[in-house]
Amino acid sequence: MTMMSGADIVLESLKRLGVDTVFGYPGGVVLPLYDRWPAHPEVRHILVRHEQGAGHAADGYARASGKLGVALATSGPGATNLVTAITTAHMDSVPTLFITGNVGRELLGRDGFQEADITGITMPTVKHNYLVMRAEDLAYTFAEAAYIATTGRKGSVHIDIPKDVFLEQADFVWPETIEIRGYRPQTVGDTVLIEEAAAIINAAERPIIFAGHGIILGNAAPELRDFAEKTGTPVLNTLLGLGSLPPEHALAYGMMGMHGSYWANHAASNADVIVALGMRMDDRALGRFADMNPTAKVVHVDIDPAEHGKNIPTHVPIVGDVKVVLAQLLDAVEVNSHAEWVRWIDDLRNDHRLSMSVPPGEEMSQQHVISKIAQFIGPEAVLTTGVGQHQMWAAQFGNISRPHQLITSGGLGTMGFEVPAAMGAAVACPDRAVWTICGDGGFQMTFQEIATMVDEQLPVKMAIMNNGFLGMVRQWQELFYGNNYVSVAMSQPDFLKLAEAYGIHGIRVTDRSQVDAALKEAAAYPGPVILDFRVEAEGNVFPMVPAGASLSETIEEPQRVG
Amino acid sequence: MKHTVAALVEDRPGVLNRVASLFRRRGFNIDSLAVGTTEEAGISRMTIVVEGAEGIAVQVERQLDKLIDVVAVEDLTNLETVSRELALIKVAARPDQRREILDLIQIFRAQVVDVAPNSLIVQITAAGDTLDALLENLRPYGVREMVRTGVIALTRGARTTAVPHESAEARRFHSESGRRPEGELPFVTE
Repeated sequence: MTMMSGADIVLESLKRLGVDTVFGYPGGVVLPLYDRWPAHPEVRHILVRHEQGAGHAADGYARASGKLGVALATSGPGATNLVTAITTAHMDSVPTLFITGNVGRELLGRDGFQEADITGITMPTVKHNYLVMRAEDLAYTFAEAAYIATTGRKGSVHIDIPKDVFLEQADFVWPETIEIRGYRPQTVGDTVLIEEAAAIINAAERPIIFAGHGIILGNAAPELRDFAEKTGTPVLNTLLGLGSLPPEHALAYGMMGMHGSYWANHAASNADVIVALGMRMDDRALGRFADMNPTAKVVHVDIDPAEHGKNIPTHVPIVGDVKVVLAQLLDAVEVNSHAEWVRWIDDLRNDHRLSMSVPPGEEMSQQHVISKIAQFIGPEAVLTTGVGQHQMWAAQFGNISRPHQLITSGGLGTMGFEVPAAMGAAVACPDRAVWTICGDGGFQMTFQEIATMVDEQLPVKMAIMNNGFLGMVRQWQELFYGNNYVSVAMSQPDFLKLAEAYGIHGIRVTDRSQVDAALKEAAAYPGPVILDFRVEAEGNVFPMVPAGASLSETIEEPQRVG
Repeated sequence: MKHTVAALVEDRPGVLNRVASLFRRRGFNIDSLAVGTTEEAGISRMTIVVEGAEGIAVQVERQLDKLIDVVAVEDLTNLETVSRELALIKVAARPDQRREILDLIQIFRAQVVDVAPNSLIVQITAAGDTLDALLENLRPYGVREMVRTGVIALTRGARTTAVPHESAEARRFHSESGRRPEGELPFVTE
């Protein structure tokens, strides 16, 4: 047995968990922890400029690497600044651990300086949280927290530690195994249900796969491909499922949903069997639930049983790890091809391809710039986005070909996610190019992390789609509120001067002819770069399923609706 | 429709908050909630009556089960159960009305547990509708105060809502069927 302080136990526990990086921001109550940090050089601390940045960076780190992402903040405002990041990560089932300090045990509940009931605040937005009141509980709590965050349906876990617990001495006892009687994720699918699902899939005439984030989080892309090929089933992706099957695959039909393609949405609406894999039947992917193909038989594979039947009725709900269940299903299904059905979707794609293509002409459209960026950086790079029009165009034209390539806030839709998430990805993947496509609005929410990138020498390339508008909100005001633009036009600082102020490189691009050269110049520069793309001011994202409409009501033409 | 759900939970700070927060967030309507200790140290039992459409009990059960501190959940609605609720009802009663009230409550197998010159307290332990019926009959006298515990319920017969056992046997079963009761450290994936 070794006696150590709570602070040492925390750092030793992180080491045992294989955590190599913590994104953090110090403050009064976590000083005892920082005081001991120099004794634990194996755990790299990255000093951010805002706790939200730390949280999104931990999230980006986790999404890029598949490993646990860790962020740290002090009590009160430090902790509350983490909340957006905690919720963002949890909504997208990203394995993350958030550590906060709190006031000393004697002061808890007395409204002292910088006290916030942070475990009360985070309770509904985490998978689990802890307030650790004894140093002797720290090691087990960290082991258990990491176990919970990285197994089953992954998610964010939060540990709150009062200041004096960091100072308390205790034996360091590291658990060999974790046993939680209230938590037993089921990984293997029920064999009876597998047989039922196989019978439905074998009898299908027009089957379709909805592949979601679970395929990426569960490392199940190879199993997805094998299953789709054996059964001859076309594959659609949710936003976060992009990358689970490369777009050039014969059965890959891209993104479904609000800004999915015409052919994907119609394939979803016309299928007779839906095989939903690692996705949670979200409204953005499915449109109006009641009309999302009510006659299709639904086989739904998810590790979280609460997702089955939550939004639409499920005929065969299979609880399990999608990688394991796909392997089980692969054995149970027959070889099949649905040539006629596939041809039907292909014809639809050929007829409607124009509705999801880069607009012709000389305009600096976002579609043009984003597809140029995607071509230039290739699928080996990591691409993060913010939220809004540029995010949807990145999904449409980003050529997302491998898991962990696209990092974007799907569930919570967090503007300002892009820059710190890219920073986290750059830490996780030092050998990959990391680019972020930003909106001019979202960029201004979190660009303070450029200073962190400079300190840590993280050469993130930030491509701002600068149109002077909150583009998606403006699009909705144009289409659904009769062109009544309210609070959507937005001024910006001079982004080149901003780059200069941070001591990084800035490039302005005002014309299509300059795009290629600018991308080359950015890639060649050894540090972070801001690319200020002056794009078309009032472009609209199409195809589109209006909010509350069904997938079969996908609009292709830029017409006024509603 | 009313659904009765039993949840065995870890007796830890904040667990009631977690359950209440879940019900609020998901829009589940709590009719009553009773919490108490159980035969096993460290485990509390919550009996929750939820008002809602047919499918809601399944969501309640699964969302509850997702909470780490919830060890077992069972929907008792369609099972044979003994379910009871305790109520204390303070009734306005002049001395000349006492006899009448005593006769009335006897029908409901209730008792008087406190008497004062112009009031008495009636105690009843019964299933919910019997309790409601007594209450209706006492209203004409003037119900001055009332407290109810909320429904508690156990399944009839030998069947129990059990805390999962951690016997070697069960553990082997769980690991063979893919329900892993334990994780190998560290859990970091590739």
